[in-house]
Amino acid sequence: MSNILEIARQQVLEEGRGLNEEQVLEVLQLPDSEIENALALAHEVRMKWCGPEVEVEGIVSIKTGGCPEDCHFCSQSGRFETPVRATKIDIPSLVEAAKETAASGATEFCIVAAVRGPDQRLMDQVSDAIDAITEAVDINIACSLGILTVEQADYLDAKGVHRYNHNLETARSHFPEVVTTHTWEERRETLELVRERGMEVCCGCLIGMGETIEQRAELAGQLAEVEPDEVPMNFLDPRPGTPFADYEVIDATDALRTIAAFRLALPRTILRFAGGRELTLGDLGAKQGILGGMNAIIVGNYLTTLGREPQEDFDLLDELAMPIKEFSNSI
Amino acid sequence: MSEVALRCDGCGKPVDEGDHTRCRERRAKTDPPRYCVECGRKMVVQVLPMGWEAHCLTCSPK
Repeated sequence: MSNILEIARQQVLEEGRGLNEEQVLEVLQLPDSEIENALALAHEVRMKWCGPEVEVEGIVSIKTGGCPEDCHFCSQSGRFETPVRATKIDIPSLVEAAKETAASGATEFCIVAAVRGPDQRLMDQVSDAIDAITEAVDINIACSLGILTVEQADYLDAKGVHRYNHNLETARSHFPEVVTTHTWEERRETLELVRERGMEVCCGCLIGMGETIEQRAELAGQLAEVEPDEVPMNFLDPRPGTPFADYEVIDATDALRTIAAFRLALPRTILRFAGGRELTLGDLGAKQGILGGMNAIIVGNYLTTLGREPQEDFDLLDELAMPIKEFSNSI
Repeated sequence: MSEVALRCDGCGKPVDEGDHTRCRERRAKTDPPRYCVECGRKMVVQVLPMGWEAHCLTCSPK
C-alpha cells in the first residue's frame, strides 16, 4: 500500500481527520494499481464515521431554463442555445413528485430553481410549495435557489427548510473559467448565511470541467473548509449547446480515484452520487463508488436529464446490505 | 400527430437529413425528448424524479 494510504489509515480512519489539499493531491496521483486500495480505505472511513446507511434524495426543478447566469456546463443558461425550453412546474405536480419520491424510500426532496437568486415571486412559489408538500408528505425539504440575501435565508430557515444547496462546483482558481456572471466568493457567502441560520449546508462539485488534478485537490480542501453536511459529487455530462458541449466525459478510473480522495478529505460528510454518474461510471462504477466512500444517492432523474431506474439503485443497495436512511432518523 | 417522426426529438432537424447518432445515444442514455417530432420546435419538458412530461406548444398544447 502506498505511503499516503498508510498515512490516511491512521489520520482519517483512526483519528477522523480529513486529508489536507496536499495529501488529497497525493491520492489523486496514485497509480491505477492503487485505486482498489484507496476505494477500500475510503469505504472503511465511510463505514466508521458515517455508518452503513445510505441517504436517498429526489430533486426537481421548480423553474427550468432561462437562467441569466453563464455557468458553462449548464443547459439551463439562457445565454446558450441549448435544447432546454424555459418552464415552471405547478404546485400540485410538485406535491405529486414529492409523494412519489417519498414512496420510493427517499427522505430528502430538493426544490431547485435555475436562477441567480430568488426574486419575491419565486420565494412566494417556494413558500407555497413547502406548505403543500409538508401537509401531504413526510419528507425533508431542501432548497437550491442560488445566491440568497440575509432576509431570504432567514425566511427559508423559518419555513423549515432543513438543508440548502449551493454548489461551489469547482476550485476557486478554476471558477472564472466556468462562470463569469458571479463569483466563487458570492457562492461561499451564501453558504455562510445558510450555516449561520442553522440550516444544513449542502455544497457540491462538478468534476471534469477542464480542471487540473491540482485544482481537484484544491477543491477538496475548499469544500472541507466549508464543513458541509453534504457534498453532491457531479461528473460533467457535456450538454449540447453549452460551451462545454465538446468536453470529454472523464475516465471512470479518474472518477473513482476522485471519489476515494474526496471521502478521505471529508470523512464525516454525506457524499452523494449526483449527476453524470451513469455516463461516467455505468452500473459497475456505481457499485464501486458505493463501496468506495459514497453514502448517498439521487434517486431517479436529475433536473434536465434522466438517471438510473430507481429499482436498480435499490437492488444494488440491497445486494450490498446497505440500509436506506429512514425519515424518522433524519430529522 | 403523424405516426412517422419527421423531426429528430433530440435536435429538431429533419430525421432524413444529417447524422443523428449522437441524438440517439443521448436519448438512449440520459435525455428526454427535447424537440417535437412533428414541427421540430423545442418542447416544454419537465423532468421529474420518477418520470418526465413533454409537450409541444404548437402541436400538442396542454
